[in-house]
Amino acid sequence: MTSPRTKSSAFALTRRKLVLGGSLIGGTLIIGYTAANFGAVASAALSIGAEAPVSGPFGPFITIDRDNWVTVVNAYQEMGQGIHAGVAVIVAEELDADWSKVKVMSAPANAAVYRNKAMGMQATAGSSAIAGAWTQLRMAGAAAREMFVLAAAAKWEVPAGTVHVRNGMIIHAGSGRQESFGDLLDLAAKQEAPAAPLLKAIESFALVGSRRVRRMDGAAKATGAVTYTQDVQMPGMLVAMVAHPPHFGGKVRSFDAAAARKITGVVDAFAIPSGVAVVAQDTWSARKGRDALTVTWDNSATEKRSSEQLLQLYRRIGEGGTDDRGTSYHAKGDPATAFREAYLEASYDFPYLAHAPMEPMNCVAQVDGRQVKLTFASQLQTVDQVNSALASITLPGMVHIETLPAGGSFGRRGGLSSGYVVESVRIARHVGKGRPVKLVWTREDDMTGGYYRPMAHHRLWVDRGADGLPAAWRHHTVAQSLLPVGPNVTEVEGIKNSPYVAGCAVADCRVFSPSVGVPVGFWRSVGHSHNAMVMEHTIDQIARLGGLDPAEYRRAIYRKAGDERRLAVLDLACERAGWGSSMQGDWARGLAVHEAFGTVVAQIAEVALVEGRPRVRRVVCAVDCGIAVSPDQVAAQMEGGVCFGLSAAMYGKITLDDGVPAQDNFDTYEVLRIDDAPVVETHIVPSRRDPSGVGEPGVPPIAPAVANALLVLTGKPTTSLPFVA
Amino acid sequence: MQLNINGQGLTIDVDPDTPLLWAIRDHLHLTGTKYGCGIAQCGACTVLADGHAVRSCSLSVESAQGMQITTIEGLGGDHPLQRAWIKRDVAQCGYCQSGQIMQAAALLAANPKPTDSDIDVAMAGNVCRCGTYQRIRAAIKDAAGVV
Repeated sequence: MTSPRTKSSAFALTRRKLVLGGSLIGGTLIIGYTAANFGAVASAALSIGAEAPVSGPFGPFITIDRDNWVTVVNAYQEMGQGIHAGVAVIVAEELDADWSKVKVMSAPANAAVYRNKAMGMQATAGSSAIAGAWTQLRMAGAAAREMFVLAAAAKWEVPAGTVHVRNGMIIHAGSGRQESFGDLLDLAAKQEAPAAPLLKAIESFALVGSRRVRRMDGAAKATGAVTYTQDVQMPGMLVAMVAHPPHFGGKVRSFDAAAARKITGVVDAFAIPSGVAVVAQDTWSARKGRDALTVTWDNSATEKRSSEQLLQLYRRIGEGGTDDRGTSYHAKGDPATAFREAYLEASYDFPYLAHAPMEPMNCVAQVDGRQVKLTFASQLQTVDQVNSALASITLPGMVHIETLPAGGSFGRRGGLSSGYVVESVRIARHVGKGRPVKLVWTREDDMTGGYYRPMAHHRLWVDRGADGLPAAWRHHTVAQSLLPVGPNVTEVEGIKNSPYVAGCAVADCRVFSPSVGVPVGFWRSVGHSHNAMVMEHTIDQIARLGGLDPAEYRRAIYRKAGDERRLAVLDLACERAGWGSSMQGDWARGLAVHEAFGTVVAQIAEVALVEGRPRVRRVVCAVDCGIAVSPDQVAAQMEGGVCFGLSAAMYGKITLDDGVPAQDNFDTYEVLRIDDAPVVETHIVPSRRDPSGVGEPGVPPIAPAVANALLVLTGKPTTSLPFVA
Repeated sequence: MQLNINGQGLTIDVDPDTPLLWAIRDHLHLTGTKYGCGIAQCGACTVLADGHAVRSCSLSVESAQGMQITTIEGLGGDHPLQRAWIKRDVAQCGYCQSGQIMQAAALLAANPKPTDSDIDVAMAGNVCRCGTYQRIRAAIKDAAGVV
């Protein structure tokens, strides 16, 4: 043995079933596996008829070839966050594989085997992939490794304790004899999978946490060789476009497709529930066909309010001026004794935001009777299966999905209604006979298609205690709920558990969830995308009202709360940014600290006002994400998170005129470009905790960090986003 | 229609008003060039036309006749920019990167030693929603060192 290992019994039973189950096939495997997991009964039902998981002696997550290639089966969607490398390196570490001989394939849609344990379904969301994969894939890698050790020991007739694996070679310590994975493959496959494989001690990690961890797709993405959904070509494939109603909730009243049918390449045009579909031989013919349609819309049940009208309504609700009393989610102490003369009253407005991933929505569907095949960048495979099954009258498991990489998502492909996916299924069902149909949304379809980050309004009243720290916190949040049932939890995440609120003797936190006919959805960092701005800009205002340094003020609160993780990221960011040192010219620093999805991030932005607009030149970012599996990809996600959050804070807004989105492409929906992009310096807090995600937590702090710098420059609080009206 | 793509003369049967983007993608199956906005606002469809960066979504096949068109596939895979992109792990989702690299190729052809400011001006028409901008700057400067 070359490295110390800790014995772990966590998930031992699951792991055993999983590995042993791998030697069985198809449905037997699924049922045998899920029987060990009471909570997975639902996913078993969802998997009737499902594509069989990858099956072999090393379980559903690992296959090893005779030529020594290790293939890791990734249940999560690669949308840019580097999860292909993330899952691969976890397996490679415990397997002691040769990192240059590890590749990744996307798992088939099969919730019984490939579900995200945090969600109970196959899904990539909530920055949960690396956390969800961590123990599961360490166990898988370690079990396979032990099977090779046992195989070598048997073949060489030496004690297993004298055999170890390094860089893809199984080695006998005494003799130096060694063989590769491929050499020992058959013998290893015959070994019984260990019930409780020994996991490495984290001090002995060679790959995890090292700069050797690189993306798996860098070369393919630099040469245009990656196949995104948009790039799928199949024999006989048709391309579909849909004329959608301009208003949310609109329906087709009547349409005339005579002109469209005359366009060369157009094959058919027909109504579907979401509009009028045109199918054609190629994309441009479909586009011309769609443009030639004449459609009369039924707008009787549509949303017709403007965003300005909604804002006025939200403000009235927030100040208690309507009958809506909201829902209390955090109450403490006696509010009647507080807030008579609040130390600070604050109000913030946030617009609807589009995700605007570079690849507009699309999906390739084939429907043949009850068999449905989807080839696209599915983010919530199980949800997409259920919704597609409802639309094609089949079983969810009979909706087979080949998951492709996404050209960005930021939550757009994670809609709970699978809108564009269902649309493609309906069109393919109309075409029938399993003929592939690629539904292509234009940028305009995508940007006006809803599922936005909800518009939000916040109203706050805060009292200070004798120690100068927040003592009473009344907080009203007004935002549509993203969830079809249950409390509106996502739009208040990051408030109740904030140390600023947790330390108060009196708290009165309510959420108001107005009914608006604009579809809303998960947008990178979800409720944190507005709540971090509210919490971090408010606390800065309180600090500065009291003449206190905002970093010192935060430290006092974090110390009182015993919040070591926030203290650590704050201290690291301050040290690296030179917090407190003087700035030349008209530059100022702003600070924000926020926890999202288990990861704590501090950001310090250097900001100036140039021609009335904030200009951000440098962002120092300190992050505690537990063990950083791939430090370079943690940095990439912080860089990207800052840019995504800054883009929204600077420019992002979808406004409604009579209910219709006023922005439909990048000329009107302005986004961050390279000439506005700051340099982001990422510093990772060393940690022994299990990893937490980094895809979203880099987004929330940047808006308040910039707003807090503007507070220094102008003396005025920011009360609405975006900064550039 | 007669086109010259990546040094090859090709004949395709499309309407003259078809954007070069869709001819390249749907008819020639060179899918490295991407559709992002269709109105020359995002740069995902950038190709070189006689060495200049153009938006193939807004150039008709008819207009492209007689031009030497180079797509990401025509860059060869071992171009200094592509090597720098891989070394820096620039890409995240990767969808915009073909266009970014083609735009950068035009920049380096015109200005072999660009400053950060030169890069910002030349690349401001190419949107990356993942926010890979600082790595794009670094990779262009890496490539400029060896071009």
